[in-house]
Amino acid sequence: MKRSFLWCLAALTVSPLIPRAQTVQQLVEKVKAKIDQVKDYTATGRMKTNVSFLKVPVANVVIYFRKPDQLKIKNEKGISFVPRGAVSINLNNVLSNGAYTVLDAGKDKVNGIAVQVVKLLPVDDNAEVVLSTLYIDEARLVILKSRTTTRDNGSYELEMSYGNYVNYGLPDKILFSFNTKEYKLPKGITFDFDDGAPPPKETAGGKGKKGRAEISIRSYTINKGLSGDVFK
Amino acid sequence: MWTLLQIELYKIFRKPRTYIAFGAIAAFILLIQLALLVNGKQYLQFVLGFLDDSFEIPYDKINNGYWICFAILNLLLIHVPILVALVAGDIVSGEANMGTLRLLVSKPISRTQLLLAKFLAAVAYVIVLLTWMALIALGLSIALFGTGDVVVAKAMELHQIEQHDVLWRYFAAFGFAALALVVVASLSLLLSTVSENSIGPIVATVCIIIVCTLISEMQIPLYDKYLKPYLFTTYMLGWKGFFYIGVDDDGQTIRGSVQNASAIFKCIGVLVAYVIGFVTASVLLFRKKDILS
Amino acid sequence: MPAIIQVEHLSKRFNDINAVDDLSFSVEQGDVYGFLGQNGAGKSTTIRMLLTLVRPSAGSIRVFGNELSSHRAAILRQVGAVIERPDLYKYLSAYDNLALFARMSGIKAKKDFLLEQLRMVGLEDRAFSKVKTFSQGMKQRLGIAVALVHDPKLIILDEPSNGLDPQGIADMRNLVIRLSRDRGKTILVSSHLLSEVELMANRMLILHKGKKVVEGLVSELLDPSRSVVHVETDNDEAIRTKLLQTKWSRFLQPGGNGIQLAMSKHEVPALVSDLVGMGAGIRRVDPAHSLEDYFLSLTTQPGHVDAAAN
Repeated sequence: MKRSFLWCLAALTVSPLIPRAQTVQQLVEKVKAKIDQVKDYTATGRMKTNVSFLKVPVANVVIYFRKPDQLKIKNEKGISFVPRGAVSINLNNVLSNGAYTVLDAGKDKVNGIAVQVVKLLPVDDNAEVVLSTLYIDEARLVILKSRTTTRDNGSYELEMSYGNYVNYGLPDKILFSFNTKEYKLPKGITFDFDDGAPPPKETAGGKGKKGRAEISIRSYTINKGLSGDVFK
Repeated sequence: MWTLLQIELYKIFRKPRTYIAFGAIAAFILLIQLALLVNGKQYLQFVLGFLDDSFEIPYDKINNGYWICFAILNLLLIHVPILVALVAGDIVSGEANMGTLRLLVSKPISRTQLLLAKFLAAVAYVIVLLTWMALIALGLSIALFGTGDVVVAKAMELHQIEQHDVLWRYFAAFGFAALALVVVASLSLLLSTVSENSIGPIVATVCIIIVCTLISEMQIPLYDKYLKPYLFTTYMLGWKGFFYIGVDDDGQTIRGSVQNASAIFKCIGVLVAYVIGFVTASVLLFRKKDILS
Repeated sequence: MPAIIQVEHLSKRFNDINAVDDLSFSVEQGDVYGFLGQNGAGKSTTIRMLLTLVRPSAGSIRVFGNELSSHRAAILRQVGAVIERPDLYKYLSAYDNLALFARMSGIKAKKDFLLEQLRMVGLEDRAFSKVKTFSQGMKQRLGIAVALVHDPKLIILDEPSNGLDPQGIADMRNLVIRLSRDRGKTILVSSHLLSEVELMANRMLILHKGKKVVEGLVSELLDPSRSVVHVETDNDEAIRTKLLQTKWSRFLQPGGNGIQLAMSKHEVPALVSDLVGMGAGIRRVDPAHSLEDYFLSLTTQPGHVDAAAN
């Protein structure tokens, strides 16, 4: 009901811009076509996690991707707490099935680069993703920033910068922001030693906490084929 | 002194009671290991499951030998004082009870030396007990489960320590635990010095530790302010400080660091002061004591 | 040559009880010195003070000519003791107990030597049995072996016959006599039985309620020709004070009603004559008790419980 209302509202808002919307649609298609070149990849990189309650080391990670939407971040040696929503660093799962409506949301700048802002509304009312906002660098045909609102897991934000693999639409650096649940365990279980360290900072606004993960990619191996086993 | 220490150790390790502690520790650890071998993942899910929505948690990787040793120490170290009291509480009063104290004190050895030998024997017992614990809790856990990063769940934080940064922390933690248990041993020694039977000092030591631990853990502002800083039990958990890793300005852990080293050193200082206090009091009382048993 | 033990004005108070009260005595080289008194007389407390188990409230103890408190280790190296029950480590064997106390006494004994010591007290067959399986008599013998293992000059035995059967008591007595006669040891042995002390000791001291009653040669103190003369006058206190300034003072005995003097019956007329000379109104002079009866009465009365025995 609520979503139908939003739909109508969106349709009314963008109706004067229909001719431009065609352009936006084309832009998204071009970006998608660029991304579509990549059937699979294995990337190695370092993941830095910033969550107030997590004291974890910088991790060497390997990222596996296979079309259409399989993605896995693994720490081959140690332990990594991979944020659930990190799978959305793969924009294919937003763009690949094409079942969305593209809306033009104007122009903006990301880190000084002019971008076209695009909103994607999934056609499927029950889709996990409710709304995606993409900030597209029209010159290079890559997404510099995206904001995804999900039904159950809050919203995620991605910021990407590109280098060697810009032709494939694959970023060198991804900054991923997400919401996490409140962390609290009973002291009767943990028997903490009080070393006088200040407790982790609470974020304003109550229970939800913001987390950030930064992945710097060292190298990609693209389209060399990938077994399905790594995703298990 | 060395001869006296040898004699005291000989007496401790010839006494069947001594081995109760070794048996109890082995049984307890083996039970935990078996449980975690079979239900390790469930146990971890019980503790960390609420984070499943936010993170992919590699439970199988967390359930490694290093982590299991931490879990064992977390559960067990709080109870080991009882086992230490069992031996240290008996060390003087047991002889009074048995009647051997009068023979011992009438030998050409100073009472101070005799008591210090008994104290050192109790220290040696603590070290042997902890070595035994380390062998099973750490050695066997590594043999059964392998090594890996350690994830330490605090009430408000989750600390992860990389595999290659762990072992020294265990040596430090066991060293700290030894000191904490030596405090218990010296308290038992003090109570043992003023008693004529073994049960009294053992029960009294355990009661004191239970009451002090409760006060230390209750988090009542009145006690936190006026009592907690003076109780040795407050400082006995300091071994965990070695598993609270420090972070840089960027929030990333620093290999080889601890979150608050000065807090650990403070604990060590307080515990050493307690040991000196208890042992000095024991020696003074024992030197003046009329042996009437 | 100094006395082996020289005790002067020794006292020990436990709260408000005088366990030992102004006690002086000396033990000479080669003595078997009997320490006699009923339970609670202060024997054990005195022995514990000699062994530095209990700190004296007052007085001095010299052993081998040296002050005990300042030469403790050197003195105790030459002392062997069985104090009340022969309690040893029950979870160790007889051999292990002996080896342990030998080391504590400062000697490194070889296995053969220790086994020989156990053979001397008849425990060679049970050398490697745990003490918890021993009878009281066997424990007592092992206690003696422990006391002797470092070949001390002075041996202190506190109630060594306690808990022993008649044969065990006889064996113990013979051992004490042999140690004195054959090995020249000085022995202080306490007992609450006059008959025991009489058979073992050459000198004895009778202790009653913490105070010395009498000290001397057993042969003199138990001389059948001597008796305790009981005198009653119209003013016992005044006459006793006067007697203290005369030759009769050395015969005066403490305790009882009236005045007691341990002396030969032949001297009674002279005593009566002197009492009359002092102006005493004599009501009764009774030389009926033998000395032995008198001491027996002192050592069998129910008395207060010795604080050290509890």
